[in-house]
Amino acid sequence: MTPGDRQRQRQGLGFLLPWLVGFLFFSVYPLVASLWFSLCDYSVLAPPVFLGTKNFTDMAQDPVFWQALRNTLLFASAAIPLGTALSIGLAVLLNQPIRARGFFRTVFFLPSLVPVISLAILWQWVLNGQMGLLNTLLAYPLRWVGEILGTSCPPPDWLNDPLFAQWGLVFTGLWGTGHAVVIYLAGLQEIPAELYEAAELDGTNAWQRFWHVTLPLLSPVIFFNVIMGVIGTLQTFAVPFILTGGGDGPGRSLLFIATYIYQHAFRYWNMGYACSLALFLFALIALLTYWVVRLGETRVHYAGR
Amino acid sequence: MNSRISRSLVWAALLILGTVFLLPFAWMVSTSLKPLAETMSLPPRWLPSSPQWHNYPAAMQAMGPFWLYAGNTLLLATLNVLGTVFSSALVAYGFSRIEWRGRDRLFFVLLMTMMIPFPVVMVPLYALFRELGWIGTLAPLWVPAFCAGAFHVFLLRQFFLTIPRELSEAARIDGCSEIRIFWQIILPLTRPALLTVALFQFMATWNDFLGPLIFLTRQTDFTLSLGLQALQSQQGGTAWHHLMAASTLVVLPVLALFFLTQKSFLRGISTTGLK
Repeated sequence: MTPGDRQRQRQGLGFLLPWLVGFLFFSVYPLVASLWFSLCDYSVLAPPVFLGTKNFTDMAQDPVFWQALRNTLLFASAAIPLGTALSIGLAVLLNQPIRARGFFRTVFFLPSLVPVISLAILWQWVLNGQMGLLNTLLAYPLRWVGEILGTSCPPPDWLNDPLFAQWGLVFTGLWGTGHAVVIYLAGLQEIPAELYEAAELDGTNAWQRFWHVTLPLLSPVIFFNVIMGVIGTLQTFAVPFILTGGGDGPGRSLLFIATYIYQHAFRYWNMGYACSLALFLFALIALLTYWVVRLGETRVHYAGR
Repeated sequence: MNSRISRSLVWAALLILGTVFLLPFAWMVSTSLKPLAETMSLPPRWLPSSPQWHNYPAAMQAMGPFWLYAGNTLLLATLNVLGTVFSSALVAYGFSRIEWRGRDRLFFVLLMTMMIPFPVVMVPLYALFRELGWIGTLAPLWVPAFCAGAFHVFLLRQFFLTIPRELSEAARIDGCSEIRIFWQIILPLTRPALLTVALFQFMATWNDFLGPLIFLTRQTDFTLSLGLQALQSQQGGTAWHHLMAASTLVVLPVLALFFLTQKSFLRGISTTGLK
């Protein structure tokens, strides 16, 4: 390295100083400590006691952990595809040359701004079995269906029925999808209009243009959003925690891995076990992200490559 | 002709979906203005018989020290915004405006840290902050902001890279130090991007729930989120008119800020998904 190189490196690292400090204290140290605590009996109040792999073998035999894992995966497998479909759909509608576009964009975006605490309390009320907004709306069509079938079809008690609680949470998530809509809309606006004109000259209809022009060209943005969705959804914590007043829900149907980690860490002060659960969650997120990336290698279309 | 029909179909779809998206807001405000008895009438009423504006002061009273919570939240938001904008800009400068060996490899490390889930680090962080005597103070919720946020560094770097390199080179030839180039040339040119980062951070701090839940112990340190959660658990989800009034009060500042800054906000989000 020339003296100039060395000087530039010093300057560069100098600018990085705040991040380097944070990286050491808030990323490297916690990761290493988490690995260590996961092998220990640790309550924060006393020094950790080495246990070996006991926390992990306990985990394999913990039915609540398996339920939390199943809930997390079920929720992700409903919330991510539905959220992606809805936000692409809304973005495509908003990308049409119509009046009041900006107004509609704002309408769909607003719910994603609502702070989680208000979001959860509001949806607890919206999903209320007797007096909630959703069931008030559902009452009309269900009464009609009931008359045809000759029976009564009561709407579900969303947050007190293990069969429906997760759906309630999925709806809550879909309401806040506006953030993704804005990203998709920006992606759609990057697609050159000539491509649509050329496809139209070839005699394609709107549906074919969506599948053969819009989706391939939007695929890098979809890929980005799905990865963010996987990372975020698997860590779902605040909304179910507040909705259920502590994280369980009916028949533990709203207990997710992140809530279970919180319960062990800060309710039972089982920090060692909480760390092994957390490492499992990290591995799961890394694995699923890797899977999506591999899937993306064959399906994502990058223009000009 | 055909395009006019499809345009009206699009419009109808947007109108219906838009109504669905706005209804929960309307339901929240409508409930917040009902007398308690009307929140529980069956079938539910759409509108209060007469708006009960006093539900708002009553809800604030029920939350306890509402203005103290608001003050704590605002203090944390201010500290977080100042800390993260300044430190993230410094770091983004080091990652974009100076060429040095190992820079891009370190940038990759920074991107990877965004993948670390908070639940993985929260227990060791709690232990660390406890050693430092920070549990039960506001410190865990603002000190880390001065160590730059990976996402914000990423965003600012994107903007810094769009400024022509010749600008820095000319300044260097004139004998300008890097810190002066940063402060007097780059920062003024990227003011909109800095504003975007500030807005994102403000919203994130205002919305944060898990951080305050873990690190705050004294009620006098509570943020609005925690105060509202305390109201919810203490009322057991029955006084819906108060809960909805308090929720509205927590949402309103965020919505107001959004309407004031819509353009830079949406532009910031749009850049995230594109390279």
